[in-house]
Amino acid sequence: MIRISGLSRQIGDKKILDAIDLEIRSGEIFTLIGPSGSGKTTLLRLIDLLDFPTTGTIFFNGANTAGTEQERLAIRRRMAMVFQKPAVLNTTVEENVAFGLKFRRIESARITGRVAAALDLVGLSHLSRRRAVTLSGGEMQRVAIARAMVTDPEVLLMDEPTANLDPVSSDTIESLIQRINTDHKTTIILATHDMAQGQRLADRIGVMMDGCLVQQGTIQDIFFRPNGQKIARFVGIDSIMTGTVTKNSDGHAVIDVNGVRIEAITPLAPPARVELYLRPEEVTISLPGSPDKIQKSTRNRLFGTITKLVSNGPFFRITIDCGFPLIALVTRLSSEDLNLAIGTHVIAEIKATAIHVHAVPS
Amino acid sequence: MSDIVEGVSQAINLIVTLNPEVLQIAALSLYISLSASILAALISIPVGGFIHFHEFRGKRILIIVIQTLYSVPTVVVGLLIYLIISRSGPLGFLGLLFTPEGMILGQTVLIIPIMMGLVISALSGVDKNISDTLVSLGATGFQSIVQIVKEARYAILSAVILGFGRALSEVGVAMMIGGNIRGETRVLTTAIALQTGMGDFGFSIALGIILLAVALVVVIILNLITYGLSSESPQNLGGPHP
Repeated sequence: MIRISGLSRQIGDKKILDAIDLEIRSGEIFTLIGPSGSGKTTLLRLIDLLDFPTTGTIFFNGANTAGTEQERLAIRRRMAMVFQKPAVLNTTVEENVAFGLKFRRIESARITGRVAAALDLVGLSHLSRRRAVTLSGGEMQRVAIARAMVTDPEVLLMDEPTANLDPVSSDTIESLIQRINTDHKTTIILATHDMAQGQRLADRIGVMMDGCLVQQGTIQDIFFRPNGQKIARFVGIDSIMTGTVTKNSDGHAVIDVNGVRIEAITPLAPPARVELYLRPEEVTISLPGSPDKIQKSTRNRLFGTITKLVSNGPFFRITIDCGFPLIALVTRLSSEDLNLAIGTHVIAEIKATAIHVHAVPS
Repeated sequence: MSDIVEGVSQAINLIVTLNPEVLQIAALSLYISLSASILAALISIPVGGFIHFHEFRGKRILIIVIQTLYSVPTVVVGLLIYLIISRSGPLGFLGLLFTPEGMILGQTVLIIPIMMGLVISALSGVDKNISDTLVSLGATGFQSIVQIVKEARYAILSAVILGFGRALSEVGVAMMIGGNIRGETRVLTTAIALQTGMGDFGFSIALGIILLAVALVVVIILNLITYGLSSESPQNLGGPHP
């Protein structure tokens, strides 16, 4: 659908995007995640042909988009973009939604029907006569989505569509995005700094850091097999350990981390230096002397002492010192059951398959 | 105190009896200032738009020059136009000196900077996201400019009203270019200055009241036109939205 090759954008001396290669497939939801300022918006704007790249090319259905303004307009009209801060014009909701059709010189008889259908899609039919500037943030964002969808775009670009919205409005927008993708078969490229949202919505994910697309892949790839420490931290991996492979038989490796023996799955042979990434949800906590809870398949049993206990909504984030700091997430209820406190001796159990082994470049 | 009371009662009498001289002066003032405002708006809106929508070298400096000219004294503009349209000036052959048309020219030149500057501010005041949104919705360059101007309509209307107000209330250009000739180039402000000097306070007060009334009527009409065009309720007049 969209192929991007060697794309970069530089303003003055500052490189905002660098060497982006990316392919968006027809009908998918592709999510760009990354911290604020990593270049997500810049990339979306380039795809929507609002700005010009410094180098590189964007192909839309095989056609090079670096043509005349007339050609770019024709391609731009096959896409639509929803911006982070929805800008509505100072007129009624239905007139706001009609703009894209008016610009395309659609006859007014057809505009009325299509606007009504778009407002129905986002559930705002009852507000069609209201002045758009009087709507709430969530409603404005839905107007922006209706305004984008009314032109029946092949590609819908969305820049942080739920940033600054309350959880209920965010939920509404997220289900709307899924519905648009399923019912209208619209290809969606969505930028978000909220990695959980990225995870909920995406078919595939691209991670942006400092203007570079550092990894792209499925949810499984990004969240369990991040390509480097920075990405790991961004996608919520708290425990990052460095160690050395000491033994490997058929992919079952033994890794030495600060003198602690860890088993994990990797093809890397000794004495490779590696980083181990572990999601806090993958750590199971039990007390010494409670053998009934030990899982058979668990390869790693680490003894340690709780050094920190932080309340995190319905969970406790606990830090265990087991030769290296290990972070685990425990529900409030289990924490109370186990009587966990600072200084408690615990056993942390980790499946070998839950640990992602990343080779440290020499 | 008695001067004021007497003056006000004489003023009411002059207005109620539709004194022909008062009416003629008021009509001429309106004709000149309105013509100057229309001409200035026809120049300021497109040129201001051009300056706003295009990037060029010296744009910032040009805007500073325009803003500086907001406060140009009316007598300086009067002097400049006088030199240009007097018999020996470059446009002397047009015979505009001491004519209403000469005064229109002078007032147009006087109010162009303030109108143009405020039009530029009005357009800059439109959220940058609006322009991105319009382009992204598939607007051509022209379609997007038209929408942005429409979006700034209230602020542009204010610019036009302010320009009209400056034209209607100025004395310098009217006096120097018009010459305050009775029945020909005498307008509300020059008449007030003259009559006050002669101690005819009633006539001056009457003209002062009419000056304000004229301004009020024109502002109301301009507002009606703007809101009528955009078919909106006037509840949004100049203020934030509820």
